[in-house]
Formats: sequence, C-alpha cells, structure tokens
Amino acid sequence: MTTPLALKVNGNAVSVQVEPRTLLVQLLRETLRLTGTHVGCDTGQCGACTVHLDGRAVKSCTMLAVQAAGCEITTIEGVAAPSGDLHPMQAAFKEHHGLQCGFCTPGMVMNAIDLARSKADLSEAEVRGGLDGNLCRCTGYQNIVKAVLAGAAAMRS
Amino acid sequence: MYTFDYARPESLKDVATALRKQGEAKLLAGGQSLVQALRLRLAHPPALVDLQAIPELRGIAVANNVVSVGAMTRHAEVAASREIQRAIPALAKLAAGIGDRQVRNQGTIGGSLANADPGADYPAAVLGLGANIVTNKREIPADKFFLGLFETALKPGELIVRVDFPLPLRAGYAKFRNPASRFALVGVFVCDTTSGVRVAVTGAGPCVFRAKRMEKVLAKDFTPQAVEKIVLPAEGLNTDIHAQADYRAHLVTVMAQRAVEAAAKL
Ligand SMILES: Cc1cc2nc3c(=O)[nH]c(=O)nc-3n(C[C@H](O)[C@H](O)[C@H](O)COP(=O)(O)OP(=O)(O)OC[C@H]3O[C@@H](n4cnc5c(N)ncnc54)[C@H](O)[C@@H]3O)c2cc1C
Ligand code: FES
Ligand code: FES
Repeated sequence: MTTPLALKVNGNAVSVQVEPRTLLVQLLRETLRLTGTHVGCDTGQCGACTVHLDGRAVKSCTMLAVQAAGCEITTIEGVAAPSGDLHPMQAAFKEHHGLQCGFCTPGMVMNAIDLARSKADLSEAEVRGGLDGNLCRCTGYQNIVKAVLAGAAAMRS
Repeated sequence: MYTFDYARPESLKDVATALRKQGEAKLLAGGQSLVQALRLRLAHPPALVDLQAIPELRGIAVANNVVSVGAMTRHAEVAASREIQRAIPALAKLAAGIGDRQVRNQGTIGGSLANADPGADYPAAVLGLGANIVTNKREIPADKFFLGLFETALKPGELIVRVDFPLPLRAGYAKFRNPASRFALVGVFVCDTTSGVRVAVTGAGPCVFRAKRMEKVLAKDFTPQAVEKIVLPAEGLNTDIHAQADYRAHLVTVMAQRAVEAAAKL
C-alpha cells in the first residue's frame, strides 16, 4: 500500500506516492534519481548517505521517507550555486585533495557543511570528532580534515 | 523490510487511539534503532505510529531543582542546551558522546530509554541521577524501569512523555566506547546527592545496573582512589566478540574512577 508524500528536495516541491517502508535514501536515489547520495553500508555507520533534513545532517539510510514529510531535504546536488560554482566546502575538498575514489565525499561534504554552520572556529579535534559518523576507506582522513577546516573558514568569509 | 502502515498523529490522545486500533503497532521516534531493526527484519510491526508531530513530547525545562526533558528531544538538543550544561553538565556531556553527529541529530532520549540497548548511554544517566520516567499513564522511578536485555517496565499502549532529572550535587560520566559502534563497551555514571551516592553501570550487563559497593565507599570518600580496588565479579557480565566479562569488570573500575574524577572537577 502506498501513501502520498510531499516534501521539498533541493528547493523543489516533490509530491510522490511511496510505500511507508521506503527509506529516504531510496526515495532520493531510485525515485528522484539523485544518485549523488551514496549507500556504503547496511548498518547506519558509514555516513555516505548523509543529507540535510531541515538543515541538520542525518543519515538518509536510517530513516523512512515518510518521516521527512513536510520537511526540506538538501542533497549534494543542491549545494553548488545555480551558476555551477562549487560550494566553498566542495571547492575545499577539491583544492586540498580531500578525496581519492570519491565514494565517501558527498556524505563528508554534507556533514562538514552542517558542522561548519554549527560552530565558528572549529579546532582540528572538533573536526575529527565531528566526522565520527563518516568513514573513508581511501584517504586516511588527513586531507579531509584539512579540507573541512579550509572549507569552514571559506564559508565564514 | 516487511510492509507496514504509517500514521503521524498530532496529539497524545490520537496516539492512544492509534495504538488501541492496532495493538501490535510500534512507536517511531528518531528511527535510529527501529529503522535498523526493521531493515534486519528483527522487528516487523504491522504499523508505525510516528511521534514527531506531538508538541507535548518536545522541549527542555528547568524548574524547582528538576530538569525535564521531553521524550522526543534529540541527543544534539540536550548536548547543546545551555540550561542543561549549567544544571547537569554531565548529562549534556553524555548526550554529546552518543554515536556520531548524524545520529545525535535524529535520535531521541525517549527512543533510547524505551529501546534499552545494553550499551546505551542515557540509561546510565537516568539510573545514576535517579530520574523519574513520566509516561502517558504514570511515573516510573529509574530503579524500576530497566528490567533486562532490551526490556523495560513500559506496558503495551504506554509511551514515555518526558524524563524528570533531579539536580545532583555533582555528577560525572565516563565511557569506554566501542570504536566501531560508538556504544558503551562500559560506561559509568556517578552522582553525589544529599541522600547519598549513586553509581550506574551500562554496557557491562544485560541492562544498566547500580554498583552498590562503590556507592557505599564513595559516600564516605568521593575520590577516584576510593573505588580503585573495587572490582565487580565477572560472573553475569556480558561476554561477546568485543570484550570478555572479566575485561568489562576491569573497565567498570577504571570508568568509575574517571567518572568520579570528572564529577569532582565540576
Ligand atoms: C551508528 C549508530 C551509533 C549509535 N551509537 C550510540 C551510542 O554511542 N550510545 C547510545 O546510547 N546510542 C547509540 N545509538 C542509538 C541511538 O542513540 C538511538 O537514537 C536510540 O537508541 C533510539 O532513539 P530513536 O529516537 O532513534 O528511537 P527509535 O529508533 O525510533 O525507537 C526505538 C524504540 O523505542 C520505542 N520508542 C520510541 N519513542 C518512544 C516513546 N516516547 N515511548 C515509548 N517507546 C518509544 C520504539 O517503538 C522503538 O522500539 C546509535 C545508533 C546508531 C545508528
Ligand atoms: S549508507 Fe552507511 S550510514 Fe547510511
Ligand atoms: S575517498 Fe574513497 S572512500 Fe573516501
């Protein structure tokens, strides 16, 4: 049985019929074809699926699409400027080599944007702690931390 | 995941009606534990009743030496609350150490307590501080709430509305976290009050429990050294792929010392 669901995704009103058991990440990837949000695990631990729910970073694999009814979702596709200019956090990941294969990057960037908004002047330790919920199998995190610190500074200026 | 119906009632009365109509329905808070259980087919309720639209379940209030936290208050809100940081800093710190940012942005105190995971953090604060769990039917003292592995005193049709924490003289929490899951391998919450000391241990047994021998010595001498030599019997403690019972017993002693140290600093 399906139920009607209305929400906003990247600023656009979306109105669909879903089964209540549909995960938010399934709605984004399979129904809306926003495949920038990745799925890296089955246990809610890798953070590759991180999106913003009314501005808060959450794991879209660990909630149902219907829980987001009436909410505003932002995915990695929604953070760059309409002109195509990268978001300062995306630009910082590029500049500081914050990625290798890129699989974890959308989730890293979405969590990092929320982290940077939550507190001015993040320390390196706060960035490392803030990324607890995002796993990267390639980089060893050094450059991700550098990128987040630079991206956060760029977001403030 | 099996199929289920979904409802989002807007009042406690409508929740009660929904639960009466569908006896096997499950309440849905943040979904951080329940959605995982649904995905693994460990839970297969015919219906979910989402609590997010009920105003009475939200909010933090400090009055008459009691900190009240609504069941749907998210971990991140408790961690960031200036009022809680001032009134019971150990509680704010505990909330800030649950899982990761994304989990704290979605998981709730009500969901954590109702779930009663053996390695969950909040049960230690609730039992350690001697809080009262207020439901839509009654008030349950923490000492009567946690009954066993994933088992609480909640009855069918009963839901947590809020948790009332009495203000302690001082309190501290120390957790040895499982590096993969972030849950407590062992966590110890110590709390000094006018009527004595309470020590609650999570992660070590099937559910949170009090370490009465530690309470007795800390009542006389509230220092880390006082508990240094008290080691719980390993018998009855959890053994799993992460740690053996005797190692957990050892961790209880170490975490208790750190918790007392943290409390003494405040
Ligand atoms: C990656 C990851 C890491 C985590 N790490 C930690 C950690 O370090 N420490 C820790 O303590 N927890 C941890 N958790 C669990 C997390 O804290 C959950 O938020 C919590 O266990 C459940 O809260 P919820 O609001 O998501 O509840 P849900 O998952 O929605 O519900 C959980 C259960 O509670 C019931 N329920 C919900 N609300 C109520 C209510 N008001 N009254 C009665 N019953 C109710 C539901 O029916 C369900 O059975 C982690 C979770 C994840 C995914
Ligand atoms: S896909 Fe791994 S946390 Fe969501
Ligand atoms: S860049 Fe490959 S997983 Fe992070």
